[in-house]
Amino acid sequence: MSETFGLEFTQQVINGLTLGSIYALIAIGYTMVYGIIGMINFAHGEIYMISAYIGLITITALTTQLGVETIPLVLLLTLAVSILITSAYGWTVERVAYRPLRGSPRLIPLISAIGMSIFLQNYVQLGQGARDLSMPPLITGGWRFGAEGGFQVYLSYMQVLIAVVTVIFMTALTLFISRSRLGRACRACSQDLAMTNLLGIDTNRLISLTFVLGAALAAVAGVLISLYIGKINPFIGFEAGIKAFTAAVLGGIGSIPGAMLGGVVLGLAESFSSAYLRTEYKDVVAFSLLVLVLLFRPTGLLGKPEIEKV
Amino acid sequence: MPKPLPDALLMALLTGLLTLPIIGVQIRVEGINVLLEGDAGPVLLAMAAVFLARLFQVPLQAASGLIRLGQVLPTAERMASYRPALLTLLVMVAVVWPFTASRGAVDIATLALIYVMLGLGLNIVVGYAGLLDLGYVAFYAVGAYGYALLSLHFGLSFWECLPLCVLLAAATGCLLGFPVLRLRGDYLAIVTLGFGEIIRLLLNNLDELTGGPDGIGNIPKPTLFGLEFARRPSTEGGVTFHQFFGLEYSGGDTVIFLYLVALVMTLFILYVINRLIHMPVGRAWEALREDEIACRSLGLNPTVIKLSAFSLGASTAGFAGAFFAARQGFINPESFTFIESAIVLSIVVLGGMGSQIGVILAAVALTALPEAARQFAEYRMLIFGLVLMLMMIWRPQGLLPATRPRLELPQ
Repeated sequence: MSETFGLEFTQQVINGLTLGSIYALIAIGYTMVYGIIGMINFAHGEIYMISAYIGLITITALTTQLGVETIPLVLLLTLAVSILITSAYGWTVERVAYRPLRGSPRLIPLISAIGMSIFLQNYVQLGQGARDLSMPPLITGGWRFGAEGGFQVYLSYMQVLIAVVTVIFMTALTLFISRSRLGRACRACSQDLAMTNLLGIDTNRLISLTFVLGAALAAVAGVLISLYIGKINPFIGFEAGIKAFTAAVLGGIGSIPGAMLGGVVLGLAESFSSAYLRTEYKDVVAFSLLVLVLLFRPTGLLGKPEIEKV
Repeated sequence: MPKPLPDALLMALLTGLLTLPIIGVQIRVEGINVLLEGDAGPVLLAMAAVFLARLFQVPLQAASGLIRLGQVLPTAERMASYRPALLTLLVMVAVVWPFTASRGAVDIATLALIYVMLGLGLNIVVGYAGLLDLGYVAFYAVGAYGYALLSLHFGLSFWECLPLCVLLAAATGCLLGFPVLRLRGDYLAIVTLGFGEIIRLLLNNLDELTGGPDGIGNIPKPTLFGLEFARRPSTEGGVTFHQFFGLEYSGGDTVIFLYLVALVMTLFILYVINRLIHMPVGRAWEALREDEIACRSLGLNPTVIKLSAFSLGASTAGFAGAFFAARQGFINPESFTFIESAIVLSIVVLGGMGSQIGVILAAVALTALPEAARQFAEYRMLIFGLVLMLMMIWRPQGLLPATRPRLELPQ
């Protein structure tokens, strides 16, 4: 009995970590933008959705049209194409919808972001249709643990791939932010935007860079999820966006390690609640978790308290 | 300023890169085969448009400068003098409307009035108190489901349920507001967004109570002092409207009656809110929006004031929700998605936060325009998103900005 429980528990941890990696990748885009210009980039979820479409199209083009057979090559090329085009989306969204509004009251860019989100969702819907698109799994198989006939823990290759790719990109981002010149400038921006500007750093370029980085990580998440779940539609961005934002707030918005932690916590909470409660209640649990964290620790798990100045 | 030609070329190339995978290539699934179909037309069109717009950016900007939106639309100060005349005109049009317009147009006007009510309610929360609420639709759902369930299980009529729904929504608002209102603005936005989603998910999953995704049907329509609007009375010995007055039965009467009920409800809300904002509590809302710390030091209790704004906004949504359920006769969780909250929020922001006339006009415009653009039905939401963005860039203060109460020192 207890052995089965232990195995089931392990299975939920594996599922939760996979989902959590995806959330964490998207959450970083929210948290970086919020950390620097203090706005909620509502269109970020749609960026992720677009990247899933680009991923699907690239994979189809590579495998059916161009006849590339090697799976690692397909994967690398897809990631590269999706990151490139999605980053361009991130840059354009900032340029079109947010830059003209720099310095206006907080509600204004938020409305513009909601407008951008609605626009992108319908743009994809017009281009690709509203129905589900599914794709044949590219990477199948996995490992099974546990006794024959009893409950077996299943760890698919895809889940391992998601974890590995996420860790690679997270490490790269952490190194970039902590070691490079541009990363230092980014941190300076999040501390004091006006002062950084006065010190001769082109803050507009850095804000663009933040959007590009966020979009690139969302692109990674989009490609991975379309390979993992294999089913996409123009509406996946909204839900994933809210979840990822929840993850960012959970970890402490503005903090990059916080977004990673928040994503993992949220993924675990969801997979456990869908296993031990009803599947339909996983979203309720996710949002309740958000409300609870904000009530008892409004700055999130890793956020620094903010002092309101007169 | 970069050189126009290379800049325009670069932007056109970027457009091509962006649009190619989404509108240039379509995925077709045939059986187990996934095929790609290319169509270069829309991509080239988009590239050409961006190229021309960037190339002639300078003359285009000069031309648009001649017809500044800001000069066409009145400023906050000039608005103040128009206000009484505009309001009278609006009410007159609203009263005459059902007797001159077609049945479809009256039906759309009823829908517009629901949005006017929602907009006015959210205007208290966002416009006056400055609290960003992204889950406003939750209270709307509470009102709608409140009426549907009360009439289903207890057989209460619309007019009996209306105050109950208002109380129910206000109680929900207090329940949510009490713990979250001490949070800072952005957090409040997200918590309310999460709360809105929780309510919708619960409605979807509490099958025994709410009927789940199938919703609740056969919700009775409002009656006129007990007179039903139907061909035959639903109860034994009941009298319907047309029988009582000895008229020919006409389905149009119901539509007109519903419209008039909505109009009366809207005017009632408008009256209540107008009294409230001139009372100390209304002034406190605005003071709180401007500076919370100053308010605190003047001895105002921010939590109580925020809570009053929040629950009043919620009760207005409950009021509108009960009417919505009665008008539709059928409700399901699909009507209470986030996009609904976003539409109401954009009504408030497009109209001009804190400006009631602005909110009313924006609500009418946002309901009427999609109906007018029926032939572009599939582009409707696309255009809606675009309009939101453009409005924020061109006129962030809204169509008819509110006048703030102020005093100037004599020179």
